[in-house]
Order: sequence, then C-alpha cells, then structure tokens
Amino acid sequence: MSDPLLQMSGIVKAFPGVRALDGVDLEVRAGEVHCLLGQNGAGKSTLIKVLSGAHQPDEGEIRWQGEEIRLTTPLSAMKHGIATIYQELDLVDGLTVAENIYLGHELSSAGFAHRGETQKQAAALLARLGHSEISPRRELGTLSAAGKQVVSMARALSHDVKLIIMDEPSAVLDQEEVARLFKVIRDLQSEGVAVVYISHRLEEIRQVGDRVTVLKDGRTVATGLPARDTPTRELTRLMTGRDIEYVFPPRVSRDGDGTVVLSVENLASGRAFSGVDFEVRAGEIVGLAGLVGSGRSEILETIYGARRATAGTVTVDGKQLRNGRVRAAVGAGVGLCPEERKSQGLLLDEAVYRNVSLATMGRFSRGGFINRGSEKRAASEHVKSLDVRPTGVERAVRTLSGGNQQKVVLARWLLRECRVLLLDEPTRGVDVGARSEIYALVRRLADEGVAVVLVSSEVPEVLGLADRVLVLREGVVVHTGPADDIDEHRVLDLVMEGSAA
Amino acid sequence: MSDQTPASPPAGATATTPPADEHRRIEAAAAEEGETRSGFVRFMSSPFGRNLGLILALLVLCAVGAFTAGDRFVDTDNMVTILRFASIIGVVSIGMTFVIIGGGIDLSVGAIVALSSVWATTLATQTMAEDTHWLLMVFVACAVGVGCGLVNGILIAYGGMAPFIATLAMFAAARGLAEIISEKRTQLVDVRGLVDTINGEFLGIPVLVWIFAAVSTIGWVLLNRTTFGRRTIAVGGNATAARLAGIAVKRHTVLLYVVLGLACGIAGIMLTARTGTGSGTHGQLYELDAIAAVVIGGTLLTGGRGTIVGTIIGVLIFTTLTNVFTLNNLDSSTQAVAKGAIIVIAVLLQQRVSVRSADSS
Repeated sequence: MSDPLLQMSGIVKAFPGVRALDGVDLEVRAGEVHCLLGQNGAGKSTLIKVLSGAHQPDEGEIRWQGEEIRLTTPLSAMKHGIATIYQELDLVDGLTVAENIYLGHELSSAGFAHRGETQKQAAALLARLGHSEISPRRELGTLSAAGKQVVSMARALSHDVKLIIMDEPSAVLDQEEVARLFKVIRDLQSEGVAVVYISHRLEEIRQVGDRVTVLKDGRTVATGLPARDTPTRELTRLMTGRDIEYVFPPRVSRDGDGTVVLSVENLASGRAFSGVDFEVRAGEIVGLAGLVGSGRSEILETIYGARRATAGTVTVDGKQLRNGRVRAAVGAGVGLCPEERKSQGLLLDEAVYRNVSLATMGRFSRGGFINRGSEKRAASEHVKSLDVRPTGVERAVRTLSGGNQQKVVLARWLLRECRVLLLDEPTRGVDVGARSEIYALVRRLADEGVAVVLVSSEVPEVLGLADRVLVLREGVVVHTGPADDIDEHRVLDLVMEGSAA
Repeated sequence: MSDQTPASPPAGATATTPPADEHRRIEAAAAEEGETRSGFVRFMSSPFGRNLGLILALLVLCAVGAFTAGDRFVDTDNMVTILRFASIIGVVSIGMTFVIIGGGIDLSVGAIVALSSVWATTLATQTMAEDTHWLLMVFVACAVGVGCGLVNGILIAYGGMAPFIATLAMFAAARGLAEIISEKRTQLVDVRGLVDTINGEFLGIPVLVWIFAAVSTIGWVLLNRTTFGRRTIAVGGNATAARLAGIAVKRHTVLLYVVLGLACGIAGIMLTARTGTGSGTHGQLYELDAIAAVVIGGTLLTGGRGTIVGTIIGVLIFTTLTNVFTLNNLDSSTQAVAKGAIIVIAVLLQQRVSVRSADSS
C-alpha cells in the first residue's frame, strides 16, 4: 500500500477561549478499523466534526488517497466517500427505511421518486449489512435504536463510501446487537471500507479494532498502536498522563465532624440506576465517577427532583424531600449546576445579575415588585467575589466565556445560601486556565459548610477535588471510599472493564 | 487577574506552565471583539435602539400621511381618532405580548372578545333588565375573559397541549358559544351608563384611549419591575433553566393566559361600549392583528424577549396605516397588502440585526 487512505496532520481548531484541537495527527489505511481513544474533552468529537466537514480546521492538512483536500461542507465529505454515523442519529422518524436511506439523493426523475427501485436498492443494502429482516417499507420510527443504526449505515453505503466514522455506536446497543454490529464492521472491512471507531469500552476495541490512536488535551499522544495487544495500563497511562496538571485546592481534614446534610437511601430511578446509598456532611465534597450512561447525572437529577425516583428517599437536614419536585428541593436548600449549562442553566440573552438572582427573586421583591437596586448590589457582590470576567453585571451572559458562565450559575446558588450543591460537569467547556479557579471556588463553598456532590467524566477532577468517591458502572455503585485511596487507573479499570486489571 | 496566576506549579505537577496566559489572551480578544463590533448594530439591537427604529418607521408613515392627505391627517381630531381605533386592539396586544414573551401564542383572542361582549350584553338585556349597573357588565366581561384564559392555560400547561392547538380549539368554541348565547343576533346595549362612560371623554380624550394608556402602563410595570415579568422572560427564554432554578413554570404559564384573557375581557367591554352592541362577530381577525403588532414591536415569536413599548408602536403603525389609507380613499384590500408587506419588512430587518449581534457574541 502506497498512500494511506486518510492522513491528517497538524490539525488545529480553536474556539473562543479554548483550543479543542492542538496538533492532531491521524492516519487511516484502507480496510482497517482504526480506534480513537481519549477522555472527554480530549478532542475526539471536534476531530470527527472536522473530518465530516462540519468544522473547518484553523491549521493542518488533510490528505485523502494522497491528495490534499478541503472538506468545506458535510456534503463535500460525503462526496469524497466519508460518512459519519452520529450518536444522535440524524434520521427522520416519519419516513420509511428506504426513504431515509436515500434522503437527500433520492432516486427520481423530474421530481418523481422511483419508489420501487428505491426499495429494491435499499433492500440490497440492508442485505449486504446482514439485516435483510428490516423491511425497506417500514416506518423508521418503529425500529429500535439498533435498527436505526443499521439504517444509518445503509445510508452511508448508499453513497460510494470508503470511510465510515462511528461515534460510540455501541452506546445504544445490547450485547447481541453489538456482536452483530461487529460482524457488519468486518464485512465492510473485507470490502475495503475503513472504519474510524470511537468507544470508551476497551473490550470492544480489542475485539474489533486493528490500530489505536490516543488523543489527549487536543493532541495525538500515540498512534498506530496494535489494538489487540497494547496493555490496558499502557492505554490508560497514555489517556491520563498530562502536560497540564490542574491545581486542586488542598483538602481540609475533617474526619466526620460535620453534620450530615444530605442523605440518599436506596435511591433508584427506572433502569438508570438503583440501590444508591450515600451521605454528604457539611463541608464535604463527594464525587461520582463513571462513564456517560452509568447513571451519574441521573442520580443528581433525581436528588434534585427533576427526575422521579422509583425507590428510596432523599433527605436534607433531616427532612425528606418530596419525590419529583424541583421546588421542594430548592426550598430545602439544594442547588444544581446542570450538565448542559447553556440549555439548562442560563438565560443567555439576559443580564448577568438577572441570571444570578433567578432563584432568589423573592428576596428582593415586595408585593411582586423587584427592588432592582438591592438585587443588583447583592448579585454584584457575588459576581465580584467569584471574579467573573469581564466585570459588569448588565452584560448579557452570552458574551462570557464558558468558565465565567459557570461562575454565574455558581453565584446563583451562592446568593441563595444553599445547603447542598449538586455539580454536574462543572468544568465542561471551561478551558484549562479557568478550571483551577472553579476548583478553588467549589472548595471554598465546602469550607463554608455546603455539602457538595460532584459529577464529572474527568476522573482526575473527581479524584483531585472530592473528599470521597463513588464509582459507578451501569447504574450500580461499584466502589466507595476516600479519594486518596484510589488512583485514576484503578477508576478507569473499574468503569471500563468492571474488573481489577 | 494576573495576581492569581499560580507562580509555580505545586509539588507533583508534571508540568509545563499552564497556558493560562494564553487563555486570558484569547478571552480578552473575544471580549474585545464583543466591544468593538459595529456600534450601530449593537445600538440597534438593544431594546432602546429597536424601539427607536420603530418610532422612525412610524414617523415616516406620518410624513406620508401628512404629504398625501395634508390637513385632514395633521389634525388633532384625526390623531385622537387614530388612538381611539388603536385602543381596543392595543389592549389585546399588550396581553398578547406577555404570552408571546412567555413562549406561547394565543389564536383565540378575537373569539374571547366576542364571547365576553355577548355575555355582558346578554346579562344586561335579559337577566336584570334596566337595573343592571354598567360596572357589573364590566365585571362579567372580565370574568369571562379570565375564565377562557384559565381554560387555555390549564390545557397548555397541565394538559400538555401545544398552545397553537389549545387556543385554536378555544378560537372555534368561544365564538360558537357567543353565537349560541346571542342566537346569532346583534344585541343592543340599553345600559346608557356603559356607553356614556366608556365611550365618553375624560379631559377631552376618549376614555377608550385612557384605558389603553392605563393597560399599557400596568403592562410595562408588570413586565419590567415585577417578579412576574422576570419569570415570564425566564420561562420563555429557557423553560428548563427556569424550572431548574425553582420557578413554577406550569403555574406561571397558566397565569400568562389568564392575563391575556383579562385583557380580552377589557377589550370586549370596550368594543361593546364603542359599538353599543354585543355580537358574536366582534373581534374578527384580532388574533392576527395582535400577533402582527407584537412581532413588529420586536418581540421574539420564540419567546424570552420583547417590549411593551414596541408592541404599542406596532399597534400605532397599523392603525396609522389604516387611517392614511382611508383618508386617501384606498380600499381595505390595498391596506391588507400593505400590512403584509410591513410585517415581512419589519421581521426581516429585526432578524438581520439579531443574527449579527448573536454572531459577534
């Protein structure tokens, strides 16, 4: 083989305030399954978006079959033969399977669709994928997630595809479906189609992958590793070893001297998680570590009342909270900094002070009339103490960077003087420089007597910031203990393979 | 911020200098970009700037009126006439502004106006005959409006219906009910107190205009100075964030439709007094006029942003347009075409401005 199918070198992509990709190299050969590994925030999704034409790189070169190309739109990527199967499948539920497969390049003449021909060809594609049981006439919405994924792949194949990117395809599949997916991947491979496969599950990578590229902090740290026999320890070391060490505030030793503020007993919610028990004392930070889908965010949502518990209780300061009632939780002094800050936490076009006072408006009003003077004063006090930049509480929140937006959400609960603070991914979208500030803030809040529960997909963050750690795997707590007693490798082993490696 | 830069990495850090300076540089650059983006665009996309643009549009329209109709347009009586015509649809539009900022829509306002006018006049003509005090009619009209709003709000907030559908049902049902009650007849109001008071004048200005002014003022205060207004913006701007901040989103949604229902009740009694009749055909197409006025006034149809002043000007633009056309003896079909054009132009301009300001942030 002379030229590799795809060669990306020195890819850089910066967003305001953060360099998502900072010199990524990736080489994919025809007919191989190339796995992409990296922690959250390592740059995998951005890299995929560059490769699928959704983002334009600021620097770097993409060579396709030896020739330099520019992928300016998703369509141009498609024309070169690069197809992406996204986590959230981009299909239309109301159309049939066949119509979905040929969506955007319908077989038609003069605007009239050739339905018979479309169905015949769709059936052929589905058969090629080993799923001839899916009828091309079926309405897409009636298929399972696995079925939709197959349709998505058939759609990729309906173009003359040479490279398929699969972003965590197994996340929505059960074991049997994963096995079928792997068979499809091998068939594709034997036809010379290359696959870029992204997954957090090492066992899958070993089963289906040929070579591995590891990303970390927007850079390629290792490439071309053999997927089958690179030791787990080596892979996790590559994923975790950092150039940038975050500065975590020192822990104050307070051996159980605080009173129990939050207590969660035997909590369960549907299939998301079950049997979760823990207590958080005043001044303590408890961290929840686990993969996406392990139930960590759902636990926070259930404590907060944004999701109904199907069993168990949540108690704050000795009083049991009403199940499924956010207002009960807020009234009892619980605050949440949600995972999706922009869509769940902020009014982006509103002024900073209005976002800060959102949960405390009543305190500044009399008979419904807001005293804006005292509202603004109180908000600015907290905004100043959190060092939100640029200063000025009249500014729309949209104009702030991720880190400063997060501080605005924190300030909201600070102003409310909450007893329990639930932090879901507090540093997502926050660039490295601002992270240490957020960490220091969280610790300061704890020192002031707040009970903090922290969820993060970044293991070092949980270990560095929390006093105690709960490790979750598929909705079950598999480990509980002081953060000092466990290291990153062990946590990754627990969440990825469920065994001590 | 520089004094906070860690001077040296703590023990155990493997590392190189945190790229904190770089991050600050990028952040500063981003902030600066925000500052230096076209001052004009920034100004025009601020609520004040948007309203100024609307006032300019209104002035242009007035200039056209003065040029084409001369003294017949530039005349105190004519100005009062414009305001008088603006008052009833204006009251409905103020209520509509709240619902739209709160992320909803209401297609049933015209029907609610008709129902409340019919209900109030039926009460006066049948039940208590001549003894009916006109204030009782006012109360009944408002109560009917509130009742309809309550039904709309509950269906939407607790029944989970799309606002478009729930109020479409009310649109059909309320007008139908109005026709049943009135037996499809126009009911004359013989309670002189109502007509004399509400269709009268106070300090030389029609009471209808005073009512519009009062409702506008209350609406402005409610939106800009109370927790109710703040919550309206929060619910419309980001319902999830509002809910997670502990705001009772469903209850608030119901209240929004109740406020609009009340406005419709007030408009219903105003219309009854002005025409001296109650009729199931009152308030035809009010929903479209009100929504158009609100949208021209710069309120986002997706919710979360809008102003009372904008709505008032939006109403005035439409009424003035009608006036200018009538003075020039142009028929209502031509007016309708012009109205359509104005809606399109206003919304396109606003989108331009808001897209540009969103891009640069």
